[in-house]
Amino acid sequence: MGLENKLFESLPEVLTVKLDAVVNWARKSSLWPATFGLACCAIEMMNTVSSRNDLSRFGAETFRASPRQADVMIVSGRVSRKMAPVLRRIYDQMPEPKWVISMGACATSGGVFDNYAIVQGVDKVVPVDVYVPGCPPRPEMLVHAITMLQDKIMKESTRERADTFEPESRTSTVPGTMPITEGTALERETEIEVAQNEVTRPYTVPARHERRRTH
Amino acid sequence: MADTTALLQFADKLKAKNAAWVTDVIDALGEVSIVVPREAIVDVCVELKDEHQFDLLADLCGADRGPEEDPRFVVNYHLFSTKHYGRLRLKVRVSEDDAKIHTVSHVWRTADWHERETYDLFGVVFENHPDLRRILLPSDFDGHALRKDYPLRGYEPYSMN
Repeated sequence: MGLENKLFESLPEVLTVKLDAVVNWARKSSLWPATFGLACCAIEMMNTVSSRNDLSRFGAETFRASPRQADVMIVSGRVSRKMAPVLRRIYDQMPEPKWVISMGACATSGGVFDNYAIVQGVDKVVPVDVYVPGCPPRPEMLVHAITMLQDKIMKESTRERADTFEPESRTSTVPGTMPITEGTALERETEIEVAQNEVTRPYTVPARHERRRTH
Repeated sequence: MADTTALLQFADKLKAKNAAWVTDVIDALGEVSIVVPREAIVDVCVELKDEHQFDLLADLCGADRGPEEDPRFVVNYHLFSTKHYGRLRLKVRVSEDDAKIHTVSHVWRTADWHERETYDLFGVVFENHPDLRRILLPSDFDGHALRKDYPLRGYEPYSMN
């Protein structure tokens, strides 16, 4: 006497629903986070998937080491200026749809590290969907952030989330950070270009859906 | 306090070999530091490694005594011997205007990265170093972050908040 029996007795064989509702429901129920453990917040992030907090209740326990298989990036910890281009590249490698959770005070605003080495907020490098305060946040707070993200996903339009080729985001770097192509021909070309045009590298070139969001 | 007589003998032996090698000997807190003139550092290092079994360079670091001091920088060499377990510190004072010193990376290969770090954070140039690039800070970084007059938030555009 399962729920399914009752459900299908009372439902017709064909059902009309909004596509967004179904797609978003499927997406939010199976979030695969990319681990981006940068500092002590990562310990709390690991705790979030432990048996005590059990993130799998919300369908987001499948942490992936490969960005190709992930759709949520949990930035847990302070982002150094040298790490920023690496973070951006990993974000770019994630397929759409993708979301970012900025976990903790450091990822959100630099935290206590108001100095030359730390990016003052990861939202200067990637677009952030949910900010989690705390130093570090408790696992419950991260679970809450994920449920907030799920609410947000339910309000999205599927059409806005098409995976598009974004060549501009590949070259974006934070000023003052070493390109991850250090020592290669690409870096030399970039340096020549920067010198000739007398420009500084922009913090980040907004990806397509970021631009749409601001409109 | 640890007995430093054994360590002080190394300073005496260096002095006996070449009086110009040792400017000063500091015996404090159970540790012996030998102040070495800049020109002699490679010779002293080779001598200590080959003749006195200081086969391990435990650390090489810089120190900024402040912009008002002259000489402003100190380069410290922390030597250790895996044979007789002695620890010795060499100090070389370097002025800001001529912040150059000869590399010892051919004496201990581990000095390679330590010298890059000292160059990166203090701006002391190690001459004849095989690959003197920044090691910790981004390669296009402006300034040297551990200098006392370096602003905490850095220079533009690094200070962009």
